[in-house]
Amino acid sequence: MVKIMVRFAGVVLLAAAGVALAQGEARLIPAPSMSGFERDASLQRGARNFANYCLNCHSAQYMRYNRLTDLGLTLAQIKDNLMFATDKIGGTMTVAMTTADATAWFGAPPPDLSVEARVRGKDWLYSYLLAFYRDDKTATGWNNLVFPNVAMPHALWTLSGQKKLVDIEYEDRDKAEAAAVAAKGLVLVEPAVGGKYFVKTLTEGTPGALTNVEYERFASDLVNYLDYISEPVKYDRINIGIVVLIFLGVLFALVYALKRDYWKELH
Amino acid sequence: MQRLLSWIDDRFPLTKLWEDQWGKYVAPKNFNFWYYFGSLAAFVLVMQIVTGIFLAMSYKPDATKAFESIEYIMRDVSAGWLIRYMHSTGASAFFVVVYLHMFRGLLYGSYRKPRELLWIIGCFIYLALMAEAFFGYLLPWGQMSYWGAQVIVNLFSTVPFIGDDLGIWIRGDYTISDVTLNRFYAFHIVAVPLVLLILVAVHLMALHEVGSNNPDGIEIKKQPKDPKTGIYLDGIYSHPYYTIKDLVGVVFFLVIFSIVVFFMPDVGGYFLEANNFIPADPLKTPEHIAPVWYFTPYYAILRAVPSFLGSQFWGVLAMAASVVIFIFLPWLDRGAVKSIRYRGSLYKSWLAIFVVCFLVLGYLGTVPVTIWGQFTGGWADALDTKDRATWLARLLTLVYFLFFILMPWYTRRDKTKPVPERVTGW
Repeated sequence: MVKIMVRFAGVVLLAAAGVALAQGEARLIPAPSMSGFERDASLQRGARNFANYCLNCHSAQYMRYNRLTDLGLTLAQIKDNLMFATDKIGGTMTVAMTTADATAWFGAPPPDLSVEARVRGKDWLYSYLLAFYRDDKTATGWNNLVFPNVAMPHALWTLSGQKKLVDIEYEDRDKAEAAAVAAKGLVLVEPAVGGKYFVKTLTEGTPGALTNVEYERFASDLVNYLDYISEPVKYDRINIGIVVLIFLGVLFALVYALKRDYWKELH
Repeated sequence: MQRLLSWIDDRFPLTKLWEDQWGKYVAPKNFNFWYYFGSLAAFVLVMQIVTGIFLAMSYKPDATKAFESIEYIMRDVSAGWLIRYMHSTGASAFFVVVYLHMFRGLLYGSYRKPRELLWIIGCFIYLALMAEAFFGYLLPWGQMSYWGAQVIVNLFSTVPFIGDDLGIWIRGDYTISDVTLNRFYAFHIVAVPLVLLILVAVHLMALHEVGSNNPDGIEIKKQPKDPKTGIYLDGIYSHPYYTIKDLVGVVFFLVIFSIVVFFMPDVGGYFLEANNFIPADPLKTPEHIAPVWYFTPYYAILRAVPSFLGSQFWGVLAMAASVVIFIFLPWLDRGAVKSIRYRGSLYKSWLAIFVVCFLVLGYLGTVPVTIWGQFTGGWADALDTKDRATWLARLLTLVYFLFFILMPWYTRRDKTKPVPERVTGW
């Protein structure tokens, strides 16, 4: 009951906070863009990262392993390096964990990631992977600035290291917003009691196996891969689209010339 | 070939049908940009039917399989992604061309005598199209599909006395479920398309009976016939002139359409909503439920109307009225002329205001009512809602209806210009 009331109070405060802070959402870090030359390499690394770190809990049940030949991989390479959960190359990326077990262990079943990039967008996913911090108050010991109180523990912490939360209180919304604008990277502004506001940012804690730059590349490869599996046909679609537009352009010129020719005799 | 044709003509009026409906149909020669959208609507209808047939070959109308079967179409069916994107983009494109087609009617008074029935049939096509879009939107079985359908069916539940039973009757269940999905599928792929096709055929027959209006609003059938050609002075044969001109329109439309299909099929969440990539979950209501863009003006009107006597039914009535009121245009308009070219400033201003209302209501329908915050201050405590956006929507709703209700007055009072004998500017 208390929990519901606290939540309700939070909702009311958020509503009162107005446009700029309307949803109490964190300011995201844009996912690094990827050039056509880097694409296959980045997606291959992303596939490796996904198979090694995500595919135990998260399925991608609409994505077939043999579709990864899109990324310049051979069937043998896929079989030897990425297929831990099945031995059928035409199978989809499912996991052994059942929804019932997952709910019992984590409180919420890990979502299937097949089309997650189309739900959240690349920037959100990238920021989310960078937004975990140590929090002793949660069941998992982890929390996330982009998705507060998320059920997922930080599965990549051995790579990223452990970040800490910096929580500064400001007198009013204007000051909090000014501080948020001045801060670099991920920022979350949250209303507190008495018209005050918290500005939350992250700072370095214990380092992990990767440097910050390496971990950011790890995350961006993974996000590129999630974006790819959410719509494997995307790159083909764009290439076909260019050809279609050229064809339609020529057709338009011809049809328009024909129309002018017919209409010439009218007066 | 000629012998085959005359063999058929002796038994079925094939040549006569072709000549009456298109081949020898005489249309005004001064059609402008706004006159492309009728043939484009017919083109999009055919495209939706063809792509729909192919989608139905792989889609599974089953609550446990529907979402999955769409991903199957997107990934494993040959060119399935193209067919699906053409169909999803086609749905929005249909409304784009139909809205522009209807706006053409408002610009040039195409609903005026003798085209009242033509206009009314068109209004019924629009209603059927809305039903078609609504039924179809449930089929992907995503969160927006599910909760959008929930919201719309709940509108019927607000009807006094019989509301709850009506809701159950429509759904076939106490919530949107597999039963609902199956019946919506039946409506979407058989019942409503049949109605649409029949109405479109009737619409075209009525058009070819009364003849087309034109940007000058001149009745070409009242003109003498040209002794050389034997047709009205400002008329030309549809075939080949409008056949080829409409073909130019179709190819141009396909260019725009392809840009969407191949480069931005989501259109930033307006054509395909992000939340609809989450499978339907009856236990989890999304934070923000909004219909697809083509319904948002009406959705904004629905939300704007306050509850009265403990019922939300008034909002539903207002929303229904805002759609149905188009039917009465032929009798609301008392102007001396048809076309905006010869109307006075009163009608022009009202039409401009109406367009702004429609567009802003459309925007407000896509966003939460809290978008512009709340009114503050003691005076605001007397209001039933402090949301600024809701108050603007109320004002715009009022003006939306005033456009129609005041029309008999301002169209009669308007200072019109004389209409020329012959069509101009072609």
